[in-house]
Amino acid sequence: RKMRKAKRKTRRNMMTIWIRMMSMLILDLLDRRIELKVSRYRLARALHLPSKSSKMARRYDARTTTFSPEGRLYQVEYAMEAISHAGTCVGLLGADGVVLAAEKKVTSKLLEPLAQSEKMYRIDDHIGCAVAGITSDANILVNYARETAQRYTFSYQEPEPVEQLVRTICDLKQGYTQFGGQRPFGVSMLYAGWDKHFGFQLYQSDPSGNYGGWKATSIGAGNASAASMLKSDYKPELTVAECLQFAVKILAKTIDSSALNHERLEFATLTKKGDGRLVWHMLSPQEIDDLIKRTPLEPKEDENK
Amino acid sequence: MDSIFGISGRDFVLLAADTSQARSIVVLKTDEDKIMKLDDHKLFAMAGENGDRTAFCEYIQKNLHLYYYRNDLKLSTRAAANYTRKELAEALRSDPYNVNLLLAGYDEEEGASLYFIDYLSSMSKVPFGAHGYAGFFLSGLLDRYWQKDMDREQVLALADRCINELRTRLLVAGNNFTIKIVDKDGIQVVKAASS
Repeated sequence: RKMRKAKRKTRRNMMTIWIRMMSMLILDLLDRRIELKVSRYRLARALHLPSKSSKMARRYDARTTTFSPEGRLYQVEYAMEAISHAGTCVGLLGADGVVLAAEKKVTSKLLEPLAQSEKMYRIDDHIGCAVAGITSDANILVNYARETAQRYTFSYQEPEPVEQLVRTICDLKQGYTQFGGQRPFGVSMLYAGWDKHFGFQLYQSDPSGNYGGWKATSIGAGNASAASMLKSDYKPELTVAECLQFAVKILAKTIDSSALNHERLEFATLTKKGDGRLVWHMLSPQEIDDLIKRTPLEPKEDENK
Repeated sequence: MDSIFGISGRDFVLLAADTSQARSIVVLKTDEDKIMKLDDHKLFAMAGENGDRTAFCEYIQKNLHLYYYRNDLKLSTRAAANYTRKELAEALRSDPYNVNLLLAGYDEEEGASLYFIDYLSSMSKVPFGAHGYAGFFLSGLLDRYWQKDMDREQVLALADRCINELRTRLLVAGNNFTIKIVDKDGIQVVKAASS
């Protein structure tokens, strides 16, 4: 009897262990399934897809160069999704110049600030840009833009018209959406430039390789709220100084006021001096702090509470 | 040997070229037009080996047209001249073009300008110039009689003087010359190649 009891006990123990194992396995699988379902659903909602086709999305988004049945390029849209997490950039075309403003997404107190900016770059004497997205991708594009501008000047001995430069970079970006099988660049850029044909100009490009000319625009995380502010308050007669203050107000909406200082913000202006020379000026930390102090900001609602 | 020369006046430039096409001792044709229209406000006077001359200049002309269609912008005379020079320079050390050029153009910012480009791709903006054997005879003449801001009659008279000089003294000069002028209204043919 004792032996039979012992046998039954071990068998029960084995069974418990086995049942536990199997249940863990099944739950794991279920969890994963549920996780997948949830994230797929979320993604479908975010992209405004009917959730039915969210399963199909999975099949058409892995390769960059395939269309989905609805005629979309998912990799390009995912790239734009990546950019929507990046620091906001705002561009404003003033009467006497162009203003670019950017918010740096500082990730750590321990970060040592770089000697060169991470958001604003100078492409040529007459063109500068602000980037939003994957910084390493942006470096490649800015380098390509610089080469393009110099190649043109080498040939024609005059500065390249701004739209042509933007178009050349966008043609490069487009290539990554059509052939090669490599992912697109996860960068949107705002270009500020001047040329003798059209004066001061502001352009925006995105990972699809489309570009547009703008009077005022924004890219990055806060671009929705920035866009609404620009639509209601932008006027083409604003001077560069007024545009700078406007940019501060826009960026103040997306950051909390304690972070509104030269460590989080960058500003650049492209203007013409009296003698006709173009000047690309990145504001110094002191100038940024002065600018913020000068700008009348509305106190945020939750601060008053 | 082709004779080409150019003279700039007030807001216009005149280009003249001989019209004979010869190989060794045989004159192949006497109505060859060596002044090519690059666009509405630019002219190219070309001298040199016939194949290179037409091939290179058509290449430049078509590239300028492509630029225009791509960008909806006309290139300035200076930009076009520099582009031409760059193309010559790039070919120089592998497959050189044996072409001498005078590029005359009018644009809003610079007014009328004349560029002297030679087969070694050296380039200069000049008030007047001549290529080939014509240069030997005409440089002195133009130095003597050219003045700034001459009007149309004066420049045409000076051009006639140059042509007569070449007819009299240059052994291989053609008898016939074509003359074209470029100014703010575009290109006018004063004397056509076939006349």
